[in-house]
Amino acid sequence: MSDGLQLETDVLVLGGGLAGTWAAVAAARQGARVVLADKGYCGTSGVTASAGPGHWWVPPDPELRRAAIDKRLGLAYGLAERDWMARIVDLTWRTLPTLAPYYAFARDETGVTQYRGLRGPEYMRAMRQLAQDHGVRILDQSPALELLLHADGAVGGARGHQRQQGYDWQVRAGAVVMATGGCAFLSPLLGAHTNTGDGYLMAAEAGAALSGMEFSAYYTVAQAGTSMTRSMSYAFATYYDAAGHELPIPRGPDNSSHIARALLQGPVYCSLHRMPESIRAQLPQISPNVLLPFVRQGIDPFTDKFRVELRGEGTVRGIGGLEIVSDDCATRVPGLYVAGDAATRELIAGATSGGGAQNSAWALSSGQWAGQGAADYVAQNGLRRNARVEAIGGAGVRPTTQAAAPDLASVLDTVKAEMLPVDKNLFRTEARLRQSLAVLDLTWNAIREGGGRLYKPRWREAAALVATARWSYRAALARTESRGMQQRLDYPGTDPALARRLVQHGVDQPQWLTRIHEEVSA
Amino acid sequence: MIEWISSDRCTGCNQCVAVCPTNVLQARGDSTPLIARADDCQSCFMCELYCKQDAIFVGGLFDAPTGVTEEQAVAHGWLGQYRKHSGWDEWADQYANEHWRMDRVFALARAS
Repeated sequence: MSDGLQLETDVLVLGGGLAGTWAAVAAARQGARVVLADKGYCGTSGVTASAGPGHWWVPPDPELRRAAIDKRLGLAYGLAERDWMARIVDLTWRTLPTLAPYYAFARDETGVTQYRGLRGPEYMRAMRQLAQDHGVRILDQSPALELLLHADGAVGGARGHQRQQGYDWQVRAGAVVMATGGCAFLSPLLGAHTNTGDGYLMAAEAGAALSGMEFSAYYTVAQAGTSMTRSMSYAFATYYDAAGHELPIPRGPDNSSHIARALLQGPVYCSLHRMPESIRAQLPQISPNVLLPFVRQGIDPFTDKFRVELRGEGTVRGIGGLEIVSDDCATRVPGLYVAGDAATRELIAGATSGGGAQNSAWALSSGQWAGQGAADYVAQNGLRRNARVEAIGGAGVRPTTQAAAPDLASVLDTVKAEMLPVDKNLFRTEARLRQSLAVLDLTWNAIREGGGRLYKPRWREAAALVATARWSYRAALARTESRGMQQRLDYPGTDPALARRLVQHGVDQPQWLTRIHEEVSA
Repeated sequence: MIEWISSDRCTGCNQCVAVCPTNVLQARGDSTPLIARADDCQSCFMCELYCKQDAIFVGGLFDAPTGVTEEQAVAHGWLGQYRKHSGWDEWADQYANEHWRMDRVFALARAS
């Protein structure tokens, strides 16, 4: 560490996407000194920056809000909570207008300002500026690799690596907000390449638990060969088989299992000819990135048929993540808070995807609660600057033996091969899950023993990907039913006894905190 | 994936190096940055958006170059196209951010 950067702060935020920036701003507004470390660049990193989040947006009319929440509760398969939904609807409504000095909200023809949907690059550029104006110190290109823990188990900061300058950094902090995003298992999903589950692993090593990891089977359609997973245009899609026959795929959203079944039969093609001319003309100014891959391949998506694939989203538009134990988004580790896709979104979406709207409202809200919670925690507990802390990273930073490292590219290919194909992850069976887990467990052990002798992010990412994959399939195996996003071919029905969350903890040999029947916990 | 940076247009400001979320590029002083880790490119187009010189070309495929040349990209109007349509910098007055219309588009799709 002698050549590295050493800082001390009240609150350290890990991740500079939507949730992380809101957390940083909220902590600063509580009077905390804040450092934010992002793996990439705060402003372009994460899945918001290249997307166009429309937030869950309901006016403060009690009847309207009750109806909106009832509707979403009805889709949540019994795992969401009305109070949490009401809280994010309310905070989102109050928060977005405050961004007006930083984001040029448009007015419609009647003069009403439109707050609900923001374009990603402009939104995240605004959030970076907002954070800087609140005095947040941003460390770009600085992935965190591990947490620092006090002897009593409380969090005391984090360590990482500045990947462009090549130095290591350490930030001693009174509290940490984990806002590292979900994990899309290296799927070519727009903006998700950095979302490798690092925060899940770091937090789990500190003793945090994970909930709902079985809800990690969401898929989005994209043109083959591209990562352009913006979904709006596909609302007008017509799908065909290789012979040019129209496929009986219902209109979206939530039609991905139909597309998946068609893809298992052969290539699937798509045309967007149903999109009205007026929308086609507006599209570049609504979503300027959507047409770029088409145009640059010489494809006219409104007249040509183009091949499509499904992109796994893992826990990005999936639901699972770190367990939350209080209204201020604390984990069960003292001083460690969690926000956005790093957290379980069962609270607000249950067993179905929150999609863009609920997830954005969640990121904005949980970010602020976690930031405030972390600042309050520091105010109560102090910095403990003279107490010893220990860096606790394991897999991918501190191999347990002198064994040679496995081949990194092979490890990443293994994760993709087990987590992205729809016949393994979307259409689940006990036999396939056990096969995948056997492969993933072997891979985990190889990383544990020999991976990451240098203090570099790539091995840590690999370890986090494998860890996340294992938690996901363990939970998928334990939930012996189909519920929302979890589809078990061998258990097609819903089991009322499993209308509860499955919570696990531990890294090498995860254990259930939820009581699980003996036969499936193996 | 990112295919090339035009050294004729690039001023060596290294903004693309700074903003790339997957750290694909490597600065070389005030020369044109090196595309050092193209395999890590996720085709998010952020480098294009932040390049005021319109010097960067990201191709249509995420995992393979398409071989489009600078002459072709210029002829098609692809250099700087994303930044222009986004209404950034000098384009702010000509290309308004109409993202708010997305709700209506979805509603139209449901009704069609």
